[in-house]
Parts: sequence; C-alpha cells; structure tokens
Amino acid sequence: MSSTVLAPPRHYLNDGFGVKSWLLTRDHKRIALLYLATITFFFFIGGAFAVMIRLDLATPAGDLVSDDTYNKLFTMHGIVMVFFFLIPSIPATLGNFFVPLMIGAKDLAFPKLNLASWYIYVLGGLFTLYALVSGGVDTGWTFYVPFSTVASTTKVVPAALGIFITGFSSILTGLNFIVTIHRMRAPGMTWFRMPLFLWSMYATSLIFVLGTPVIAITLLLIAAERLFHFGFFDPALGGDPVLMQHLFWFYSHPAVYIMVLPAMGVVSEIVAAFCRKPVFGYSFVAFASLAIAVLGFLVWGHHMFVAGESVYAAMIFSILSFMVAIPSAVKVFNWTATMYKGSIAWDTPMLYAIGFIGLFTIGGLTGLFVASIGIDVHVTDTYFVVAHFHYIMVGGAIMGYMGGLHYWWPKISGRLYNEFLAKIAAGIIFLGFNLTFFPQFVLGYLGMPRRYHAYPPEFQVLNVLSSAGASILGVGYLIPLAYLLWSLRYGKLATANPWGAVGLEWTTTSPPPTENFAETPIVTWDAYDYRAPVEGNVA
Amino acid sequence: MSEHIVPTRIYYTIFLVLIACTLLTWRVAYIDLGPMNTVAALAIAVFKATIVVLFFMHVKYSARLTWAVVLGGLFWFGIMIVLTMGDYLTRTWRTF
Amino acid sequence: MPDASIAVNHPASLAHQFDDPAQQRDAATLGMWVFLVTEILFFGGLFLTYLVYRNAYPQAFAAGSHEMLVWAGTVNTCVLITSSLTMALAVHAAQTGNRALLLRLLVVTMLLGCAFLGIKAFEYYTEYIEHHVPGAGFEFDPRYFAQAQLFFSLYFVMTGLHALHMIIGLGIMSVMLWLSYRGVITPEYHNPIEVSGLYWHFVDIVWIFLYPLLYLIGRHVQ
Repeated sequence: MSSTVLAPPRHYLNDGFGVKSWLLTRDHKRIALLYLATITFFFFIGGAFAVMIRLDLATPAGDLVSDDTYNKLFTMHGIVMVFFFLIPSIPATLGNFFVPLMIGAKDLAFPKLNLASWYIYVLGGLFTLYALVSGGVDTGWTFYVPFSTVASTTKVVPAALGIFITGFSSILTGLNFIVTIHRMRAPGMTWFRMPLFLWSMYATSLIFVLGTPVIAITLLLIAAERLFHFGFFDPALGGDPVLMQHLFWFYSHPAVYIMVLPAMGVVSEIVAAFCRKPVFGYSFVAFASLAIAVLGFLVWGHHMFVAGESVYAAMIFSILSFMVAIPSAVKVFNWTATMYKGSIAWDTPMLYAIGFIGLFTIGGLTGLFVASIGIDVHVTDTYFVVAHFHYIMVGGAIMGYMGGLHYWWPKISGRLYNEFLAKIAAGIIFLGFNLTFFPQFVLGYLGMPRRYHAYPPEFQVLNVLSSAGASILGVGYLIPLAYLLWSLRYGKLATANPWGAVGLEWTTTSPPPTENFAETPIVTWDAYDYRAPVEGNVA
Repeated sequence: MSEHIVPTRIYYTIFLVLIACTLLTWRVAYIDLGPMNTVAALAIAVFKATIVVLFFMHVKYSARLTWAVVLGGLFWFGIMIVLTMGDYLTRTWRTF
Repeated sequence: MPDASIAVNHPASLAHQFDDPAQQRDAATLGMWVFLVTEILFFGGLFLTYLVYRNAYPQAFAAGSHEMLVWAGTVNTCVLITSSLTMALAVHAAQTGNRALLLRLLVVTMLLGCAFLGIKAFEYYTEYIEHHVPGAGFEFDPRYFAQAQLFFSLYFVMTGLHALHMIIGLGIMSVMLWLSYRGVITPEYHNPIEVSGLYWHFVDIVWIFLYPLLYLIGRHVQ
C-alpha cells in the first residue's frame, strides 16, 4: 500500500518551513538532521587537521610545521574527531532518527530534552572552536597531567570545558534512548523482536550514562588544578598523575565502544537486509552488545601498562581485555554466517558493511596484540597503536556510519543517491584507508613513535605511502558529500521500501510523516522475518 | 502502574531515625575505635542513604526496573573503586 | 481512518508521544533515576580521588579534617535531612491534592536549602580567612603542608560541587513552586514534584557521605 507511494504530500521535511521550525523543533527526525549537519562540519575540520599531519609526515625533517604546532595538530585532530564526530555520529543522527521509528513510537520519550542535547552539543563545540582558533591545544586528546595542568601554555581550559559541556549532550541522548526503549515499544514489540540496531543503541546508551560523567569530573579537576592551583595530580603535593589516567580512561575506553557498537548495529541491519536473511544467532548478537558494554568498563588499565600502574593490576586488565574481544568475535562470526547461503545484493550499504567486517576484524585482532603486556611494552606509543585504533575507528566505525547513511538515505530524504558514484566512492575510501593505515602497523613495529613531528629517514617510504593514502581517503569522503547533497534536490524519488527490507521504519513513507506512523503498529513478527513476501510486512 | 501513596507517619519515623543516626555518627567519632571508626561512620552513612532511597525516594514501592537502575549505578561506582584501588593497593607488592 | 491509538481521553498534561498518563509518569521517573545514576558516577570520581589520597596520607587528612567546623557540618546535615522530610511531605501533599500544604512545604524546603547554603558560605569564609584555601596563600602545619592541600582541594571541590547542585535544586524548586501556584499540579499530574523530589533527596544523600568523610576524620585523636 505505502510501498509504491512516491513523494508523500505530508512528511516531516515539509511540515513547517523557516529557521524557527527547525531550531525549535521537537521532532526527533529534524533534530537528527541538525546533528547530521553539525557533525559533518566537525568531521571535515578534524579531517583538515589530519591532512596537515600527513603532509608534515611526508618528509622526515618535520619542516612543514614546528614541533609545537604539530602537537596542536594531532591534539585537535583527536579532540574533534573523538568528541565531536565519532561519539555523537551514529547515535545522534541515525539513532535519533530511527530509534522511535524502529520501535513504533511517535517520538523519543523526551523530545525537548533531545533538542536541548543538540544545543548543548553546539555550545560545547563553540567552546572548542574558540580554543582552536585562539591558539589551539597541545596536550594530546588525552590531556595527561602534569603537562596539561602545569606546563602547557595553550587553551586547555576552554577545550576541556567544551568537551565537558558536550558530554552532557551524550548523557541526555543516552538517557532518552534508555527510557524510550524500556517504556515506549509498540504493542507486540518484545525485547527479542527488536532489531539489533536497537540493542546496539541501548548498549551504547548504557555506556553514555555510566561513563561520560567520569570524564566530566576528570576535566573539571584538570580545569580546577589549572585555574585555582588545586593540586589534585601534582606530585609536589603528593598527588598522583596516574590517578588522572585512571579517571580519564575509565570513560575513554568505554568511549571506544560508544564509537563502535552503533556501527555494529548498523552492520547487523545491513547484512540482514542485503542477504535477505535473519541475522544468524540473533540472541547471541543481542547479548554480545550488552557484554561489550559491560566488559568494556573493566579494561581501562590496558592504556596504562607502562604508566606506572602495578604489574598485578596490569595483568588483571590484560586478561579482561582478551575477554572483551570475545563478544565482538561472536558478532563477526554471526554476520558471516548470516551471509552464508544468503541472497546477497552488492549495493553500497553492503559494501560498507563488508568493509566494516574485514577492517574491524584486523583492528580487533591487533587489539589483542596490544592487550598482551609483553608486546605492548614494545609497541605502546608507536604507530602500531595508531594503526590499531584507526582500523577500528575509521575502517570500522566510520564505514558503519557511511553504510547506515546510505542504507537509510532514501528513508531520511525521500531520494535515492547515485549508486554508481557511491560504489566508486566506497572503493576509493577502502583503498585510501588501507594505504593510509596499513603501513602504520609496519612503522610501529619498526619502532616509529607516535606524536612526533619528525622521524628517522629510514621510515620515509612507509610514511609517504601513508600520506598518499590519506589524500585518496580525503577525496573518497568528499564524493559522498557531493552526491548525497545533490540527491536532495535532483535524486530519484524513493518508495517506502526501496531495498525490500524488513523493519518498522520501512512500513512508513519515505520521508516519514512527522508523527512517524499513520496508525500505531502492532508487531506480531520477528525482527528479520524474510519468509513472507516483503512489501512492508505489516500485519 | 498504580501509584502507592506512602503514609506520612513513615516519613516522620524515617526523619527521626536519620537525625538520630546523624547524632550517633557525631558522638561515635569522638570515641576511639581504631580503624573501626571509619567503618562505623561509613556503615551509618550507608544505612542513612539506604532508608532515604527506600522510603523518601519510594524505591521500596517502585518497579524492579528502578531497583535495577539504582543497584546498577552503585555497582558501576564499585567497579571504579575496586579496580582503581586494586592498582594502588598492589603497587608496593613484590615486583619481579 | 481514525487512529485508535490516540486516546479520546488525552488530558492537556499528557505529552503527544505518550499513550497514557501512567506511561508518561513511568518514563519521567525512570528518566530521573537514570540521570541520578550519572550523578553517582560524577561524584563517584571525586570519592575515588578522596579514597586514594586519604589511604595514602591518613594523618594529613586527619589534620585537615580537624580544622573543619563540626557544629556547622552537623547542623547542616540535620538541615538537609529536615528538608528531605519536607520534600517527601510535599510529594504527599501533591498526591493528595492539598495545594496549600504543597506550597508551604515547598517554601520550607527551599528555606532550609538556603539555610544550608548560608552556613556553608560562613564556613567557606572562615576557611578563607584562616588561609586554608589551597594555592598561593595556603598556610598549615609544616608536617602536612603539602598533603593537607590535597585534603582541602577535595573539600572545596566536593562541597562546592554539592553546593552547586543545591543551587540548581533551588532553581528546580522555584519552578515547582510556580507550577503548584498556577494549579498545574493535580493528583493526576503530580509527577514533576515527585521527580524533583528524587533530585533533592539525592543531593541530601551526597551530603550524608560528605559529612563523616570530611568533618569527622580522626576526631577521637584530638
């Protein structure tokens, strides 16, 4: 019925025009687009810093920028990418848009809080932009003390404050999702009928709520020490700099699961849709999401193996770090098993999903290398670690984000993107990514330290390969920006369910009406019920 | 979910218990119990917090989900304490 | 076709995304509890810092704690406990539709909150003139000069953050006072009072722990 309707007359994009209708909206879908615009802005800012870094590293002498400037470049790249792009990316855009739709609700539990969370994010972003343009920060995104409290002469407090403020945005988003998923599921939508993307968003929200407050207090203590000379971490007063690291990494390790769990959720959705099969081992994947969230809080000390923590604590953290890899592996196996004997369609979302599976596996396996203390003492603070986390963050999380953006683009915009260009871009991104970061594994193994603006000449070839890859990767990211924006005006109109996928979001029009559904759905089928002919699968 | 209205006499009772416990904490602090001073002070504080949570904050009459949220939060705080103190308390152990 | 899910009986206090008042109430209460969990972890970082340093420097912390005004801390604890009582009674008044009592109890709660802040301000002033504020002008027994600053840094940040939460609580109570005055709060829709009460009690609980940990260390060894 709705499956052949093109351009529904009333939908959320034409339900009110003008700046006020957007800046004062309560509609989770519009708020998702507000977030989409701002995180895309920050992505390209963080990307600009990356370009500068790779340009400097193309030559061994470090002659493009001074060492102080280089410190600022990698710091701001990290801060912007982690706090203002990766952490909000999928939850605040795809999560905000699709949690109510997938659950069969009219909106999130607290729409005004949702809008507030965007304004808070923007406010934090402004503080950080101020820090950026007024001289930058050079402490590393990790803000280690005593450099950040005593020695750095850069804009530490504004940057820390910016992150502190944006943290509240995360907390409110997570809070909203938790309450929505617990209390607003449509009739018949039991926990185990929920799409796996919702399980991922729920697990991510647990981390938002339990972890973010701790980095908030950490940044507050750093600011207090810097502003009022309250020496919490000052060794001269008996303070311990490693305590700051405990507090910092208690959040920042689970934060990496905030960055990857939503992408895993997207991959589950895409793999099911493009293999036309339920995800293999649904409940295992669901529980694995929760397990990652929980276990992810028990491993933070693996960032401190050489910082001065006790070797006994290090051993405990090491074994727990091996354990946290298990639920991720379960997911990879289950996605692969889903593809087995599936009717696979190789559209762009599926290309990104497969890219995720492969690159996340490499990133995850190398995580085991660094989880082993004996190996870590050699590769810590080298490019091995840099490559490891970029494989997960870029090869994993960003690919998941791109896949989700493409998969759900017709639903969000009512338009189809250019599939040919999209495939080209996906290929360029995959190629550029691997050329950028694979050489860095070798560089790290050979001993090149991270956060250095100059290096011994014998490392130059690998660095040049990496920089070449980065320029390709940069081009790769610009292409989707172009064709996605172009499709908003000139793209082919999309039906309600262009992929023929199963899910409540595909039963409503593209784009959806403001209230999401003409009637509250009543769910009587499982999450990926592809047995029945799919024309929305409405009961 | 139907709502339970707690009778006010319970609130007054809890209030008196809380005041009594506060005065007890104060007096016990001046008696030498060695290391047990800290244990006693914290035990009384935990007891006070528990009755505020159960009665003033209505958790005793709330859904299981509320209990899970409260206990989960405390448990996570516990993780932070235990694993961090695990580092500090083992730093001077024999290293090899 | 009329949507059966939009109930005919949709009171004005029911937000559009909810199906019925019970769902709205449950969602709001759950939301506040999730927020309080974030507060547990937020203050938790400070309590962890306190634990690490007190464990490392017990005598310095005891020396610092001896400078605290025990009468002020004890009185303030009783003030907050009383304000929790009046808050709980206020929720009860809202549930039973007693608007006049609700207004009086909210005012008393706020006055007690202000009393707490007043005593705290006096304490801060005392500590300021006694040169116990860490940093340039700090003065203390030379045996513990360095580590006592850790104690006082923690004291000021922990009680300062707590006081900030009290001030925010007073702001929330003003809004509740206004809603009650305007008659928005009824036995059917009293959830804002309940949820504000949860926040208020939580701020009380933080103080219940701060009191012995900051004011009563090693008091038996005078």
